[in-house]
Amino acid sequence: MAVQSLSFIRTAPVEATPPPTAVRGPVGWVRENLFSSPLNIALTLLVAFLLWIALPPFLRFMIFDAVWTGSDRNACREDVIGRPVGACWAFVWDRLSYFVYGSYPPAERWRVDTFFALLTVGAVWMLWLKAPRRGLGAAYFFIVFPVLSFLLLTGSERIGLPEVPTAFWGGILVTIIVSVVGIVLSLPFGVLLALGRRSRLPVVRLASVTFIEVVRGVPLITVLIMANTMLPLFLPAGMSVDRLLRPLVGVALFASAYMAEVIRGGLQAVPKGQYEGAMSLGLGYWRMMYFIVLPQALRIVIPGIVNTFIGLFKDTTLVSIVGLLDLVRTIEASRVDPVWAAPTVSMTGYAFAGLFYFVFCYGMSRYSLMVERRLAAGQRR
Amino acid sequence: MSTTATVPPESSKASMLYDPKVRGLVYQGALVVGIGLLFYLATTNAIDNLRAARIASGFGFLSSTSGFDVNQTLVPYNATSTYGQAFLVGLLNTLLVAVIGCILATFLGFAMGIARLSSNWIVAKTAMVYVEVIRNLPLLLQLLFWYIAVLRPLPDARNSVSMGAGFFLNNRGLFVPRPLFAADAWLVWAALAVGIVGSVAFAVFARRTQEQTGKQYPVVLTSLALVLGLPLLVWLVLGLVTANPISFEMPEQQRFNLRGGLQVIPEFVALTLGLVVYTSGFIAEVVRAGILAVSKGQSEAAHALGLRSGPTLKLVVIPQAMRVIIPPLTSQYLNLTKNSSLAVAIGYPDLVQVFMGTVLNQTGQAIECVAITMAVYLTISLITSAGMNIYNSRKALVER
Repeated sequence: MAVQSLSFIRTAPVEATPPPTAVRGPVGWVRENLFSSPLNIALTLLVAFLLWIALPPFLRFMIFDAVWTGSDRNACREDVIGRPVGACWAFVWDRLSYFVYGSYPPAERWRVDTFFALLTVGAVWMLWLKAPRRGLGAAYFFIVFPVLSFLLLTGSERIGLPEVPTAFWGGILVTIIVSVVGIVLSLPFGVLLALGRRSRLPVVRLASVTFIEVVRGVPLITVLIMANTMLPLFLPAGMSVDRLLRPLVGVALFASAYMAEVIRGGLQAVPKGQYEGAMSLGLGYWRMMYFIVLPQALRIVIPGIVNTFIGLFKDTTLVSIVGLLDLVRTIEASRVDPVWAAPTVSMTGYAFAGLFYFVFCYGMSRYSLMVERRLAAGQRR
Repeated sequence: MSTTATVPPESSKASMLYDPKVRGLVYQGALVVGIGLLFYLATTNAIDNLRAARIASGFGFLSSTSGFDVNQTLVPYNATSTYGQAFLVGLLNTLLVAVIGCILATFLGFAMGIARLSSNWIVAKTAMVYVEVIRNLPLLLQLLFWYIAVLRPLPDARNSVSMGAGFFLNNRGLFVPRPLFAADAWLVWAALAVGIVGSVAFAVFARRTQEQTGKQYPVVLTSLALVLGLPLLVWLVLGLVTANPISFEMPEQQRFNLRGGLQVIPEFVALTLGLVVYTSGFIAEVVRAGILAVSKGQSEAAHALGLRSGPTLKLVVIPQAMRVIIPPLTSQYLNLTKNSSLAVAIGYPDLVQVFMGTVLNQTGQAIECVAITMAVYLTISLITSAGMNIYNSRKALVER
């Protein structure tokens, strides 16, 4: 008894003391993430120093010293306005319609705007995984939309729209057309090539493998130059190919080969039981592919397709080398224009193009990551 | 085809139309005929068109005089050389930029990939922003940026920017010390070769000894000493005994110009910078994925076996990560080589610019020029992928 009364037994738990300030809150975070070891302290200081050197000039150029309004070179010259000049956004603003439409006749630019709207509808329909009637969306994107856009953009007296030769097209319009044609043609061709590569028929397999490996083994620019110089040679004399069409053929061939490899990955990922199940149901080759295998395979490779498209979208800049007036070419043409001859104009043009490409490519890569995570949801532990 | 007559009545109940073998043959026959027809039409048209344009086909043009100059040549070349030599010049320039680009991009890419996984917040985030920005901008735009917006506005030769150690930068390019080789410089190269052979031999010996007796040797240190130390030693001894075998001619800033040194043309600087920065973004992702692919259990198991963190990295993590990293890394090297063809946009005399550009325009031999250029790139990529397949078959996990 006496022993028990001597001993002390706590009846309520001790209130937990808060962790020391050194391990929680901002101080703890900084200690943990920035200064956890001598090496990390050195790295933090080094990177902070590099950022301190690089960031302020960057922000000054892009925002604080930038010129936002003006109508000619005088607005962006240090000796005229008497202060350091950063980006000359006035130049971009002044040339924006040229960057978007090229030399498309101003009275007809509503057609380009309509094309962009049609494209947006198709893209959202295809990319939004929960959109209603996605099968219809695919038909729209791969059949209705290309035909409609072709009629709309080239025009013809017969449908009451004045004809606009492709020589007048330019800027973002051409960039978008090249990439859209690339994706619209490369998906079906890529599916065919991928099926051919996995075919049991040796000739079909050999033809597909040869095409895919040859195209993937050479740079896009050589394919474009080939399309530009050799396509006219291969056609009967007197038959000429539109200057816009030649690089389009090259881009479509090139993209098909890459798309075929992506889709092949999807075909290989479909379990063998699916093929066998389809066959045991009595489905023939094409029905088996169309109803059973391809829907599963294509779903798996949506991220891969989007990544291929990002690469294609960046590669469209190469058509400027073979003489198409895409966004890069319009910027190249504008920055040497004497009306806007100022020191920072070139840099501004590139900054604008960089922003354009970055917004699109980054957005698409985020989308593909999102889809990837959703598709992997079943495997998540 | 007369089918019904040849089929024995009891061989199959279904019509021959449904026999997969027959169908396969028909499909393949149709494909062969289709492709053949395409080739036939293209060839006949091309022959007609070439005849109309009075262009003689064939590779005879390779031995006629080129008549144009190239501003960077690794082999002797001038306007009186042949088109064949122009091809060689372009090919060597492509290989030069590809090799240097691959080496530098590997260093930068590995640094950025490891930095992205750093526990240090600011390092990881900076590397992430770098990788995302670089990967999402077209290479052509980056090349134009380096060439026109960065290198073009540099001061002229009179006001060259000194970067120390005899390096100068101006709008005519990068000026570096030019190495001058004396007559006995070959001894240094010989020492280097001996060092490389010796270190390989030592590595083989060390591995065998370890497998048999368990005794370990410091392989890395010994190889370093052999590869770097031996040539340096020879250099020093030669320098003391006779004259300095390898000396450097420094560029000198004069009143109006830079004198001496080795001029690296701005196109090369811009192309290398652009390719290295662009590819490093992709290599960083490859490296990051490779390191993440080694599960944490591997390093925990190594710790449990009593390995310290150094040997854990060296013996457990890196070998497994490299197995994942090397195949995509090789395809990045291939991409860099293929992307070097964008040189044509900024005027660096690579294979495409010289051969598919100037030579094609001068001779009009479109088919030959395109075929040769494509064959070169195709050969490079086929050799690389063959090597990769050998590597893969040796390193692949052996399962069941």
